[in-house]
Amino acid sequence: MPIDWIWGLIGGLLIGTGGAVYLLVNGRIMGASGIIGALVDGSAGDSKWERIAFLAGVILLPILLLPLYGGAVDTHITENIPVLVAAGLLVGIGTRLANGCTSGHGVCGMSRLSLRGFVATCCYILAGGVGVVIFRHLLGVI
Amino acid sequence: MGNSSPARLFFALVAGGFFGAGLFVSGMTDTAKVQGWLDVFGAWDPTLAFVMGGAMIPMALAWLFARGKTRAALGTPLPPQPGTQIDRKLVIGSVLFGIGWGLAGLCPGPSIASLSYGGAGLYVFVAAMLTGMFVAPALRRRLDKPVPAE
Repeated sequence: MPIDWIWGLIGGLLIGTGGAVYLLVNGRIMGASGIIGALVDGSAGDSKWERIAFLAGVILLPILLLPLYGGAVDTHITENIPVLVAAGLLVGIGTRLANGCTSGHGVCGMSRLSLRGFVATCCYILAGGVGVVIFRHLLGVI
Repeated sequence: MGNSSPARLFFALVAGGFFGAGLFVSGMTDTAKVQGWLDVFGAWDPTLAFVMGGAMIPMALAWLFARGKTRAALGTPLPPQPGTQIDRKLVIGSVLFGIGWGLAGLCPGPSIASLSYGGAGLYVFVAAMLTGMFVAPALRRRLDKPVPAE
């Protein structure tokens, strides 16, 4: 539906604006997996509170916007616990091995024409597409 | 602490706020929209491409603006030029991430943005993701070892 695409574009512009602020003001690359991961594995050092402040903003704005959407949004998340556990582990391990996810390699990397950003993005989109075909259309688990 | 000055924390909060608001209004916390984009054999949903394209516009302008500068507004050195090394960690990691992304329709940013309304299933996903991030450094060290000769 085109209205979804327009909201996608508006949301994208907001995401990119966040990345621009984080780069030009804080001097950091806005990569969600790196910001979270360094807090988990203890490598954040003295940038710990900066990361926590960023994540607080990520959580807070949807809370503030939720009333405009009637107080609830259906995320259509699966109720299949093994699928959720496997997916979470793969996302956590994969993004930290690759040193980036959709925001770091995708938005921030490709917009500076980073070769690693393009390679990573091709890999995770291809793997995601093949994964959905296998798990949805062949195995029927999602 | 230079890295936790009030200004630095404030602008990190603002940047995170833009990121969270963007993920929310774009529909990227809806796992069906993400899986719909990956599912080229189903009812394909192009929204994610608009989000990615939209996000890259301000970000590309920011990189252009940063060109030739050495420091960000708060004095931190700007990130160095991106590396060009395509190694096993990048490819294997991105493939694993992609499979997980397709399975649940969630990547790290949206999983955090939807913490307040994603429900119990999301907590399971986030707990598993944090566990994965915790064990990843050990796996990374193993992949850093050179491939044994045949």
